[in-house]
Amino acid sequence: MSRTSLLTAGAVSVALLASACGGSAVPPSAASASGSAAPGGTVQLTGAGSTFDFPLFSKVFKDYQTKTGVQVNYQSVGSGSGVTQLTKRTVDFGASDFPLNDEQTKAAEAAGGPVVHVPITMGAVSVGYDLPIDGLTLDGPTLAGIYLGTITKWNDPRVAALNPGVTMPSTPIAVVHRSDGSGTTFIFTSYLSAVSPEWKSKVGASGTVNWPVGIGAKGSEGVSGQVTNTPGSIGYFELAYAKQNNIKSVTMKNAAGKLVEPSVKGASDAGAGAAANMPADLKAVFVNAPGDTSYPIAGFSWIIVFKHQKDKVKGQELIDLLKYVVTTGQQSAEPLYYAPLPKAVQDLDLKAISTITVGQ
Amino acid sequence: MATTAPESRPRRPPTRGLLGGASVPDAAFRAVALAFGALVLALIAAMVAVMVQGSVHAIQRFGLGFLSGTLWSPNDRIFGALPFIYGTVVSSLLALLIATPIGLGVAIFLVEMAPHHVSNAISVLVELLAAIPSVLLGLWGIFVMVPFLQRTVEPALQAVFPGVPLFEGAPYGVGLLAAGLILAIMIVPTIVAISRDVMATVPVAQREAMLALGATPWETTRRAVLPYATSGILGAVVLGLGRALGETMAVTMVIGNRPVISPSLLEPSYTMASVLANEFTDATYDLYVSALIEIGLVLFGITILMNVAARLLVRRTARVSGRGER
Repeated sequence: MSRTSLLTAGAVSVALLASACGGSAVPPSAASASGSAAPGGTVQLTGAGSTFDFPLFSKVFKDYQTKTGVQVNYQSVGSGSGVTQLTKRTVDFGASDFPLNDEQTKAAEAAGGPVVHVPITMGAVSVGYDLPIDGLTLDGPTLAGIYLGTITKWNDPRVAALNPGVTMPSTPIAVVHRSDGSGTTFIFTSYLSAVSPEWKSKVGASGTVNWPVGIGAKGSEGVSGQVTNTPGSIGYFELAYAKQNNIKSVTMKNAAGKLVEPSVKGASDAGAGAAANMPADLKAVFVNAPGDTSYPIAGFSWIIVFKHQKDKVKGQELIDLLKYVVTTGQQSAEPLYYAPLPKAVQDLDLKAISTITVGQ
Repeated sequence: MATTAPESRPRRPPTRGLLGGASVPDAAFRAVALAFGALVLALIAAMVAVMVQGSVHAIQRFGLGFLSGTLWSPNDRIFGALPFIYGTVVSSLLALLIATPIGLGVAIFLVEMAPHHVSNAISVLVELLAAIPSVLLGLWGIFVMVPFLQRTVEPALQAVFPGVPLFEGAPYGVGLLAAGLILAIMIVPTIVAISRDVMATVPVAQREAMLALGATPWETTRRAVLPYATSGILGAVVLGLGRALGETMAVTMVIGNRPVISPSLLEPSYTMASVLANEFTDATYDLYVSALIEIGLVLFGITILMNVAARLLVRRTARVSGRGER
């Protein structure tokens, strides 16, 4: 090996290391994001973000490629990371389970102008437990009490009152939550904030919060694993994990006072209510939604793009992709335990997509 | 690795290379070796430089308070690293406490007692243990070890030591004890493999002399083998400690990920490597990223500190045992 190539190798590894540690790593696909067309004439689009969206996107983007030949690369790196990559302009779209906050909006606007939020799917968050009891029922304030640490035993009178005729065990409640930042946590804590003023003032709603009690597990697979293995535990995760692992789910008392089990339909019904009074920027959080059949812990996930796309060819491809995902793509949702977007939301999405402009 | 000056060959006069005097292969060898050596230094320097640069924001904001702060609350923009430092150090030391006697015992058995074929078979198995990916160990931890700890070990500990702060709190299964055990499993192979090799280098004559004086096998091992191998064994423990400090995935899965400092081994805790794995991808603002990078810098510093301390210990022990035996 010659000295020059050795030094080059050294320099490259130092550079790689530097960028990896700086948190500003440019993904290998960045090159394709800046160029308009990949070799061979096919257009490539790149996105990054939410892990929650990933199973749905894999299916929808694959179908889209078969149909149109447009290849979409999606990196499932987490919502926060997706937003960061969009702001750094290394991807064509970001996907996030929570809308941009003021600070993120400001950063994105400085980088590439205003952004558009397009609700892309909806999901229910199921509250799983491990007790020798079927059909455990809780309401919002009681659930908040458990996660605040004010309710510590399963036979607490507040829990027992919601489960008449059931002898509750005196087991301590083992609270489990996510340890990594997560859109699931955002929806869950948004719900607790909506139903409990104490939660709102002490903890708040966010993708990562300062948990008053409990143990943290990494990823939904970590939380569901912990709940299955810990007698007396309670934890939250996406509906798909509860269904696939046969974990018992808490029946929630919704805003209308009705008892609802987590389901795709319950999330859809909650989302339909949200469509009626959707804000203009489509950044709706619809936890604790009204309606007899609405499941209260559910939310949107968004694709976020810049409103003005400088690259004419790519911008147009992105618009076509978004149109496909919010309409035809919704057929893939239900088998994967996502709630399909109600027609009203699809229409609002198409309207938002039509505001995207392309060209210089 | 001292290199001696190239010897001139008897029949042929040394080739006059470009670098004058030394032959071309030698010069190339020297250059390559130097480049590799320099590369290590350059990598470390680059790492430190990048981490310091990345954490400037947090260092300016919190100063030394970062190391002593006990609250980690990204939503309130308050970052204190003490719970993570505590969790990292305690879980690693706990692992060493468990793994060192076991590893040493296995090594003594392999070298001093086991028949040759048994010794070979066990050595292969131990090395296989070292090759298990940590995420698999973590999953085994969640699904097998943690339920066992929760249902059997932890209630038993609480029954035997009622009211002892070390074993207080609700038995969750996950926590410092689980992390220490998983780490111990991971570092036992390191300690076994190196201690075994070191003990195997002790001259047979030394053992035979001891036995000839009428010593029992235990006395032979204690007086003739272990003192000779002490510094090597400590080296093995240091390597194990290094692995324990930096281990991420398996620990994240069983430690409970809760930034609190509690005297109880049954309570959840959190390590520096775990918080990086959990929060780095979703760190949404500059100060947050900066604080996480500073955690990396602190971990780097602690690893160096513990290595230096261990090396000083090795040097001291080597001197003491050397003096004692001669």
